[in-house]
Amino acid sequence: MKQAELFTTPLNQLCARMPELMDFFASFGLEVARNEADIDALLASLSATQTEHLGMTPTQFRIALQDYVAGVEVLDMEQDRVHSIRILPGRDKSGQAEEFELELVPGQIVSIVGPTGSGKSRLLADIEWVAQGDTPTGRRILLNNAQPDTKWRFSTRHKLVAQLSQNMNFVMDLTVEEFIRVHGESRFVPELEQKIKQVLDLANSLAGEPFAATTQITALSGGQSRALMIADIAILSQSPVVLIDEIENAGIERKKALELLVQKEKIVLIATHDPILALLGEKRLVISNGGIKKVITTSAAERENLIELERMDRVLMQLRQRIRNGETLEQL
Amino acid sequence: MKFITVSGPPSSGKTAVILQVIKALQQRNIDVGVVKFDCLATDDDVLYARHDIPVRKGLAGPLCPDHYFVSNVEECLEWGHSQQLDMLISESAGLCNRCSPHIEGITSVCVIDNLSGIGTPKKIGPMLKTADVVVITKGDIVSQAEREVFASRVAQVNPSALTMHVNGITGQGAYELSTVFFAAPETANLQGFSLRYSMPAALCSYCLGEKRIGKEYQMGNVRKIQLGGVEGAKK
Repeated sequence: MKQAELFTTPLNQLCARMPELMDFFASFGLEVARNEADIDALLASLSATQTEHLGMTPTQFRIALQDYVAGVEVLDMEQDRVHSIRILPGRDKSGQAEEFELELVPGQIVSIVGPTGSGKSRLLADIEWVAQGDTPTGRRILLNNAQPDTKWRFSTRHKLVAQLSQNMNFVMDLTVEEFIRVHGESRFVPELEQKIKQVLDLANSLAGEPFAATTQITALSGGQSRALMIADIAILSQSPVVLIDEIENAGIERKKALELLVQKEKIVLIATHDPILALLGEKRLVISNGGIKKVITTSAAERENLIELERMDRVLMQLRQRIRNGETLEQL
Repeated sequence: MKFITVSGPPSSGKTAVILQVIKALQQRNIDVGVVKFDCLATDDDVLYARHDIPVRKGLAGPLCPDHYFVSNVEECLEWGHSQQLDMLISESAGLCNRCSPHIEGITSVCVIDNLSGIGTPKKIGPMLKTADVVVITKGDIVSQAEREVFASRVAQVNPSALTMHVNGITGQGAYELSTVFFAAPETANLQGFSLRYSMPAALCSYCLGEKRIGKEYQMGNVRKIQLGGVEGAKK
């Protein structure tokens, strides 16, 4: 939308063309959907109290409006897909050069291993900030084999990484359905009703115990919360990378969850020391002293062992279920 | 010297964020000092001093902390110069959400946290709406969706700001924020500068110490609440 148009078109017509504008005005306490005046006439007509409610001067408000419209237009314009993230080596905390070649592609699971403080968060931050040799590691990130656009760094709407960790909780006072709706609306997601149902069904297929659309999100169990978070990321989040930080094996089908994210063409990074999760990855990045020391490709022998590990895991899960049912474990 | 104003609601994580940012700046041998503004008491100056950060504190006492801040900000800059700092950060608590500490031409940061609720961004006035940089904290303990919703509500009331997520505990995002701080312009003094928006207005009898309740004691800048339908409401 041209600047002149933005300032001379009646507000009701503006809102008809860009319904997102109603949210913008509403957050300043202004109801404009049926207002036939233009923006300057509106600003001139405000009472002293309403002007005070803006919390900014009319000039600042006009700039905010322009920037808001620009933000919505960028969002509408393109969903430029990330089909490759290349990480170019930098150095570790001692200044030692890293030696690795790494390209992350959609549908890939890569695990990240290393003790606390080894530099896992830094690696992630490098990706999130699309480092260009300007972070302590000196690493560079290329998107689709090219120097990335700065929007990945500065725009709220384009975040490369969505995160999920065991420490995360829901804090909003909403039901499951309201929550998914609020999230979808904040991203201006089309065909929202259908998406809400998809998220709900997926979340239930991942959770050990099912839950209803009317459940308060704060009342969900740990496993149910994690299931809803993953389903929501898979369907509503636009970030091409998902970082999963050590999710516990309780109340959620972890393998199914990962498969789901892979199907949705996400690049999945898992920070974990759980052998099953680690071996589900195609590669393992070994991090120490702030640098990537090694990239291990999961071998055929490891894949073979994964089957045995999963068997052991099932045995433990069954024992867990028996404890839950009030049985004894005198006989395994 | 670079000068940066940091503000935000109480307990949003301002001090933790500033400490993490300074840590990142110190690694590049940049000397940073802090002036901490608060109302009645603060221990944050001890916290800064413990990290060998030159610090001064100002307690507003019975005054609006914002008014106190703007009346003393020039002296703070002089102090910063006398300490030969490369960068001075002012930290002020936004207590009534109508605070407006940001100055035209000075990099202005508002720190706000994910736990404060999605309705919060629109309840905060100029402190958030006119900031150049909005730092969102406590993202590590809420879901990705809630982070996205919260950030979009921030973008609704301040679409022009650069919004960043910083973890005050682990420091994730602090290095990135430090590059934004470092890009702030050099400021010798604040002569000829002005606030981005007027501060909360006051000056009524209660400002001057009146304690008694009742119309006859209310003088000066007094505004009455509109409740409507008072007569007809009784059943």
